[in-house]
Amino acid sequence: MLRLFFAGLAILCACLTANAQETGLQPILQEHQEIIAKSSRKTIKPAIDAIAASGLPQAQVMLETWAAKDMWMRKSDGLFFAGKKIEGRSYELTDFDTSEVVGTFEKSDLKQLKPNSGVRAMIGTALVQFQLTDPNRAKRLEALKSIQRDPDGALLVPVRASIDNEPDAYLKAQKQRLERLLTIGYDEDIAARVAAIEEMSDDLGVDVRAALNPLVVTTRKAATELPSDVNVALVLEPGSDTLPRAEAYDLLVANDLAGSRMSPGDIRTALAANIDGGRVAGTPVAQLNTDAGRTEAYNALAEAGSVPALVTEADIDAALGAHVFFETYTEPSAEVTAAAEKALEEIELKVGLNQMLDLMLDAISLGSIYFLAAIGLAITFGVMGVINMAHGEFIMMGAYTGYVVQQFVPDHTLSIIVAIPMAFVVTFAMGVAMERLVIRWLYARPLETLLATFGISIALQQLAKNIFGTQARPLTAPGWLDGAWVLNDVVSISYIRIAIFVLALTFLGLFLYIIKRSRLGLEMRAVTQNPRMAGSMGINPGRVNMLTFGLGSGIAGIAGVAIGLFAKVTSDLGSDYIVQSFMTVVVGGVGNIWGALAGAGMIGFLQKGIEWMNPSNTLAAQTYMIAFIIIFIQFRPRGIIALKGRAAGD
Amino acid sequence: MERSFVAKNPSVLVFLAILSLFTIAVTLLSEGFGIGVISTSFVKTLGKTLCLCLIAVAMDLVWGFTGILSLGHFAFFGLGGYMIGMWLMYERTRLIVVESLSQAEIPPTSTEVVDAIGTQIFGVVGSSEFPLVWVFSDSLVLQLALVVLVPGLLALIFGWLAFRSRVAGVYLSILTQAMTLALALYLFQNDSGLRGNNGLSGLQNLPGITASQDVVSIWFLWASAFALGMGYMLAAWIVSGKFGSVIRGIRDNEARVRFLGYSVEVYKLAVFTVTACIAAIAGALYYPQAGIINPEEMAPIASIYLAVWVAIGGRGRLYGAVIGAAFVSLLSTWFTGGQAPDISLGFYTIKWVDWWQVLLGVSFVLVTLFAPQGIGGLFDLWTNRRPPNRHGANLGPDDGSLREKEATE
Repeated sequence: MLRLFFAGLAILCACLTANAQETGLQPILQEHQEIIAKSSRKTIKPAIDAIAASGLPQAQVMLETWAAKDMWMRKSDGLFFAGKKIEGRSYELTDFDTSEVVGTFEKSDLKQLKPNSGVRAMIGTALVQFQLTDPNRAKRLEALKSIQRDPDGALLVPVRASIDNEPDAYLKAQKQRLERLLTIGYDEDIAARVAAIEEMSDDLGVDVRAALNPLVVTTRKAATELPSDVNVALVLEPGSDTLPRAEAYDLLVANDLAGSRMSPGDIRTALAANIDGGRVAGTPVAQLNTDAGRTEAYNALAEAGSVPALVTEADIDAALGAHVFFETYTEPSAEVTAAAEKALEEIELKVGLNQMLDLMLDAISLGSIYFLAAIGLAITFGVMGVINMAHGEFIMMGAYTGYVVQQFVPDHTLSIIVAIPMAFVVTFAMGVAMERLVIRWLYARPLETLLATFGISIALQQLAKNIFGTQARPLTAPGWLDGAWVLNDVVSISYIRIAIFVLALTFLGLFLYIIKRSRLGLEMRAVTQNPRMAGSMGINPGRVNMLTFGLGSGIAGIAGVAIGLFAKVTSDLGSDYIVQSFMTVVVGGVGNIWGALAGAGMIGFLQKGIEWMNPSNTLAAQTYMIAFIIIFIQFRPRGIIALKGRAAGD
Repeated sequence: MERSFVAKNPSVLVFLAILSLFTIAVTLLSEGFGIGVISTSFVKTLGKTLCLCLIAVAMDLVWGFTGILSLGHFAFFGLGGYMIGMWLMYERTRLIVVESLSQAEIPPTSTEVVDAIGTQIFGVVGSSEFPLVWVFSDSLVLQLALVVLVPGLLALIFGWLAFRSRVAGVYLSILTQAMTLALALYLFQNDSGLRGNNGLSGLQNLPGITASQDVVSIWFLWASAFALGMGYMLAAWIVSGKFGSVIRGIRDNEARVRFLGYSVEVYKLAVFTVTACIAAIAGALYYPQAGIINPEEMAPIASIYLAVWVAIGGRGRLYGAVIGAAFVSLLSTWFTGGQAPDISLGFYTIKWVDWWQVLLGVSFVLVTLFAPQGIGGLFDLWTNRRPPNRHGANLGPDDGSLREKEATE
């Protein structure tokens, strides 16, 4: 209650001083003339505070003039004016209080004030209170942003005062929010702070956490007994997990409550300093090559009094027993810290839930990338049983096709629309050529298909390197795919990833349609199950195989365009995805599009999940994921969704 | 068993004779022991090539004879290199550290020495503690045992998991490739304890040996040639007996061998593990000659290249693997080393550094398509061993191997 009274008194005093100085700005300036003329960052603060506290409307103009280096001092009487260059070396001076032109003076009679960047920053802070009530909306917004960037207790009063007269609804909400945050940090009334904390405890914003976190910062201290005038967070027991003995003793040493221990290095230095004729305290130097020998020699030195004695375990125990160890909050008020802890806990829980959601979005997006990369393989490997190690190179060719198209079609949206069918055509043709020339001779020898396609893969990679060079080529996404869909401060996902997700779904639909509904799909399934029987039914197995392989390759090309939009287009783009793609198909179950979907989903979720547990290390995440897949294959050797019966083939 | 091992495998004697002649010739032409026609760096290249031939023999055993296309044997090769590299690096750093600490006024304690070695070795990854995997690195004997034990154990566990769940064919290939990728990615991390992507370096300097690299390179050539000879004999012995017949049976028709009552998994696992150990020994000899090892070496692509060598040389015959590895890796060194002359086409100059990979890829496809027997097939023309004319009937799943004659011989 008493504190409240004093606070009221302080505000009253502030008002009185403001009233007393209504006579004008110049007297205030003159009062601080010396430090203003010096304009040093270290000493200028009282002057700026006084100007800002005057509450005079002309103070804003004056501060702006000063920051713009347009304020001049008349050398004859030391008065400050706004200066404007007119002609030659003469300047026209204007008085700040009356806005009247005082006259024209030569430059030699004047001194220009050049505040450095540090001083300008302080002037900027002082200007905020004027800017908060500026008629121009953009200026008010800017002022708000600058406070948000760099909150300060001195700004609480101006912010609070400017809320009521704010016409703009958005700005008003922002100001109210800012007022709450400043209240949490800087208000003098504890009840008001606690109320503000409770009010903001369901908010996920980073700024709320930034306002709350400094309140719960603790420091470790040691003393002979627990002091009563500090806000103690926790009393620590030396020797426990949170405070090991060594750390506790180091804390005592740091606070000058105990003598420091000698590290092995210190002992060594002390011994080296006391070598006397090849001996240290009677021990030959050559015998000092064990810790025991050194300790003995050191103790002998200590007895002789030439070095301080070693701290023994008993000494440490005694010192630890004689002191208490505790953590204190920097914030003195226990109510505020308790409320802040509780609020942070509630926020943490919500943030955790939202992070989970964000992680799931990430996992879905990663899964859809894998799905897109693997869907072509699901056709060539899954349906036809052909291992195509050059699949990754088809992805790469698709991405390069996109790049080439962008060289001719500058409009990004149009170029992507052109690039997708172009990539399909290029890789389709390539796939058909490969099937006709190489793969069809090797249908009976799957392992050799693997090797032959690998040969094609290294040749294609090197060709791409020869044509496009080794540096990454850009494939730029259209402008409307830039940015991210932001749900709140925690959950957001970029539009490109959403687009890839949509693309993956589209391909899933397309694939299902082709396989289940079209003539080609029917023939494809027939040839896969039994080529000879299909042949005798009038289907040309060679043609169907060719088209199937072409289709799988073409889809890989389109996937390449999509992947090129967010990854760098290089000649080894494809090899980054090839192992994961095969994993996706194998884990999901060969010969089934739903299997590929399940595999991609599982790998996506798994990788993100492992990354979440071990956030700093994506390499480790990939390692553990592959290890997990190898073990998973033990239990379901045919994948998540295994074909049964005749369709399973062998 | 009326005929002796050598009589059943005349090619072993021929191979050993050629290998010894080659080693003696290189020694006489080298800078360290002979007239100095062959530079030391080329001696090292030849020594490394012998190690690659040894791992190719292992690959032939597991792929050409057992039909398991493993894309992971270079991982075992690399692991073997890492195991010997740990001792080389530890011991060499220890000598340097002891030397520099002995200048100090007070003799160092053993903990101080170990700490200083740790700082030296792990400074690049921002650490100075010895990770657990280095616990035996101060002992050459234990570390040499680990060269065989670590890859062997990994192969045993992986193979047991894979074979018992009947993963076969291309699935097994993909799985072994995944294993290699996982291992390489794991070693790329700084906290894997093996210096991350820096790898281990300075391995060409043998601790405590003052002889020049000219001499050391010849020692390693001898060791590599000896290991290749031994490995070749071991492989020939494995494939010549009853065991060899069973594994060839597994390659040609796994189900039939299983129905005959053989435990297919045990045979496969034995071959997989033994070849992993051979690969590891090859790696342990290779990397001291290369001087540096890092996880890049173990990337899945290296293992695929291994399959390429064996396929080009001719699988299912041991000398084919050796020829393939030696031929392709030396040719590759020649082309990528910039020694091959550029071909000017008038409008475009073919630089082999850029086009060698294309040539290799294309020729590999051609070999797979038109000469599945590889270079080794030429020997069949010479000895007039041709497969019988089967009037167009399918040879079966793996007609790259020498199947028709090897059983009757």
